[in-house]
Amino acid sequence: MARYNLRCPLSDEDARMLRAGDVVFLSGTIYTARDAAHKRLCDMLDRGDPLPFDCKGAVIYYVGPTPAPEGQAVGAAGPTTSYRMDSYAPRLYSLGCKASIGKGKRSEAVRQSLEEYGGVYFGATGGAGALLSMCIEAAKVIAFDDLGPEAVRELTVRNFPVLVINDAHGGNFYVTPDRKAAGLE
Amino acid sequence: MRSIPADAVIKAVEDMCIHANRYLPQDVRDCLERSSASETSPAAREVFRQIRENYELAEKSGLPLCQDCGLAVLLVDVGDDVHVEGMNLREAINEGVRRGYDKGLLRKSACDPFTRVNTKDNTPAIIHFDMVPGDKIHIRFMAKGGGSENMSRVTMLTPAQGWPGIRNFVLNLVAEAGPNPCPPTIIGIGIGGTFDYAPVLAKKALLRKLGDVNPDPRLDAMEKELLADINRLGIGPMGLGGVTTSLDVKIAVAPCHIASLPLAVNIQCHSARHEEVIL
Repeated sequence: MARYNLRCPLSDEDARMLRAGDVVFLSGTIYTARDAAHKRLCDMLDRGDPLPFDCKGAVIYYVGPTPAPEGQAVGAAGPTTSYRMDSYAPRLYSLGCKASIGKGKRSEAVRQSLEEYGGVYFGATGGAGALLSMCIEAAKVIAFDDLGPEAVRELTVRNFPVLVINDAHGGNFYVTPDRKAAGLE
Repeated sequence: MRSIPADAVIKAVEDMCIHANRYLPQDVRDCLERSSASETSPAAREVFRQIRENYELAEKSGLPLCQDCGLAVLLVDVGDDVHVEGMNLREAINEGVRRGYDKGLLRKSACDPFTRVNTKDNTPAIIHFDMVPGDKIHIRFMAKGGGSENMSRVTMLTPAQGWPGIRNFVLNLVAEAGPNPCPPTIIGIGIGGTFDYAPVLAKKALLRKLGDVNPDPRLDAMEKELLADINRLGIGPMGLGGVTTSLDVKIAVAPCHIASLPLAVNIQCHSARHEEVIL
């Protein structure tokens, strides 16, 4: 399992190079979106409207931060559970998004879209919101201000720590529960 | 009858909302430390390291432990001989939540279930009242995150299914949830009552201290057995593999209908934020 420092947006080569279990420190520009924002983004695509950010190489962080205290870009900003974005994610990967950051399992359809479009799914540590906010240097709302914590923000991150959970080659880092050992079978 | 000014209730709830979201209880920290020492894989150890660094930073900086500051869940025992002066008790509690989530720079996560429009002040809080003897008000606050709440379930087993049925349901649920509810988790289990009461029992169970002993030896043995079995699943911290899938199992029971065996499993993430006050 390798360690990398990568710039965002991500290149095709970087995304394809990664393997499940790799530790990656992300720096550069990423975008936040969670439930309500994903619905609106897909509604925009349905209408043929341009998205508020360039999808090419984009890294989307599933997060709704707490209000920023004075002198900080954001408040606590850890990942939310990713499966709720599963119905939207393949569409964004198909448009050139290279990665999403969240926590928890992805659907078969999302994992297939990673293979099809050369994307990755990163996990960050859930419940480490205060710590992860230290890696966010700037934040700017670029769409859906009315959604409050769910607005789309452009974040400037520095050495944001993530782990490759699903790669572009079918790799999966989450363990399969040992039902037998637990006496389930 | 004793009288408590509504302002005292408001202030107490406000303070609990802010403090609980910044300070991880000592029993949770101790349990995390003990579990951390038993993990060998680098990925599992790294999760525990980040969790520790996070709670130390939150306490020092005043940042919330987690961006999900939860719905405000309050269990309130009201004494027969106490009266709140100046405001209805439910309104006073909601006002405390409103002020706490505003002043503490906490995320407001309450929204309309259909329009998804945010209520913008994290109210209404979820409040369970109980009447008890005495002239005190005992308020227990939990910041209950959506991720672990989403993985929780209630089911109506048949009496014939008994303990093996309960055990299977819990283990299957934890296995299915996998990394989603931010393991290592705490599993609150409510057995008995009715369809609506079993989850209240499960939620109350989550407020016990980690590592304590259930006063009912039969339940204590069940808790220990289930915890050991859950940790044999090998899901580990954040689902990355390891011996710590759950930190503890807590069971609460109540008598039920002769036709029923209600079972509720309320999952709590490792950021188990709760606090209490007696007024």
